Amino acid sequence: MALTGLFLCLFLVVHLAGNLQLLLPKETAVIQFNLYSRILSGNYFIKVISWLLFLSIVLHSIYALIITIKNRKASGSAYAYDRRKVVSSWSSRNMGLLGSIILIFLVIHLKDFWYQYSFGTLPLDDEGNKDLFSIVVSAYGRLWYVILNIVAFMALGYHLLHGFYSAFKTLGVYPSKLSRGLYYLGIGFTLIITTGFIIIPVFVYLNYHT
Amino acid sequence: MKLYLKIWRQLNPDADGKLVDYELNGVEEDMSFLEMLDYLNEKLITKDEMPVEFDHDCREGICGTCGLFINGRAHGPLAGTTTCQLHMRSFADGDTIYIEPFRGGAFQVIRDLKVDRSSMDRILQAGGFISTSVGDAPEANTTPITHAEAESAFDSAACIGCGACVATCKNGSAALFTAAKIAHLAKLPQGKPEAKQRVVNMVTQMDQEGFGHCSNTHACQVECPQEISVANIDRMNWEYNRARLLK
Repeated sequence: MALTGLFLCLFLVVHLAGNLQLLLPKETAVIQFNLYSRILSGNYFIKVISWLLFLSIVLHSIYALIITIKNRKASGSAYAYDRRKVVSSWSSRNMGLLGSIILIFLVIHLKDFWYQYSFGTLPLDDEGNKDLFSIVVSAYGRLWYVILNIVAFMALGYHLLHGFYSAFKTLGVYPSKLSRGLYYLGIGFTLIITTGFIIIPVFVYLNYHT
Repeated sequence: MKLYLKIWRQLNPDADGKLVDYELNGVEEDMSFLEMLDYLNEKLITKDEMPVEFDHDCREGICGTCGLFINGRAHGPLAGTTTCQLHMRSFADGDTIYIEPFRGGAFQVIRDLKVDRSSMDRILQAGGFISTSVGDAPEANTTPITHAEAESAFDSAACIGCGACVATCKNGSAALFTAAKIAHLAKLPQGKPEAKQRVVNMVTQMDQEGFGHCSNTHACQVECPQEISVANIDRMNWEYNRARLLK
């Protein structure tokens, strides 16, 4: 869980950095974003990484399912009166729920952008690159879709809030100063990733559709 | 004070248990929680009813035998306190108190509030010791160890093995208990020669007993009467990963 999770965290940074190009002025954004998409999809090294990413998502999900089933069994019979929720954070107790929301979103997200780009027929921009920019802009013209994205990114945020720090603990980072540093780094990482991903659909909706 | 008790009654490990209501008058606030149960049992015995069975031994907060799930929390509402050190002054006249046994897939209710926690003993038997006979206490300065290291090892060794960590964990994990025992010896020179073998054996035993995985919710640290830190779990993970990678 920890290794695949941290690999996916690393991907989020790269993905966000690339997607933030959508916030550039329209003329620059079209050229930059479409060129970036072409370079990414044409690079063999990136292709290997992308298959590793798919594999990580699958392994992360399957392993999560296995340990959830095992943990349910290990928790024994239920308490008649249970106040245990006051002693741990909400996100730490609901990683499965949050992960499921993210997984459902991922399927929709990949279908709408990655699948379209890889297997669909896209118009070309002035430079002759596939115009993914227009696909993104038109997708975020629907308010319900923007809201769906925000909900998924909030789930991602809560998932990261526990997951980032927890991954390092599972790997065995035990010196207390380092551990505390990673806790605050996790909060910072979560804030940056979540805010960054939420800004994009909101910006596109407000800038191009209102 | 008068209390309304809802106590888990179960005849044997295979029987279905249920909460049974008791009204108890004349409880004094200076009574410990276990003394309150003694007081209830005296009344039950005089009425020719079966007393409520529960685990207890030293009643000084150091043996780890007592352990009840009180009002939905392991060892009740106070932090850093065993059930025997919880006093009735923490409750008010007219309160309803739910009393249940510690639960977990690797625990078994023997009767009422008595729980078989021998699964934890077997984890210790798998490696929570050093194999060398050390004889009498040696001259203190023959083994170089800093005061900070000694204190840190003692903090881990303070675990009394009550099982509150398992009872409060949503995964029924014994990670905090196992980790405290592993870290205690990993921090000291005497424990180092067998460190790799110990961590692998104890973690394997923990899994075999049916305890769950640690997902770092940290509820165990909050409920531990000895306030054992989850940093011990990080240390266990480190020792375990290292032992597995560097065979």
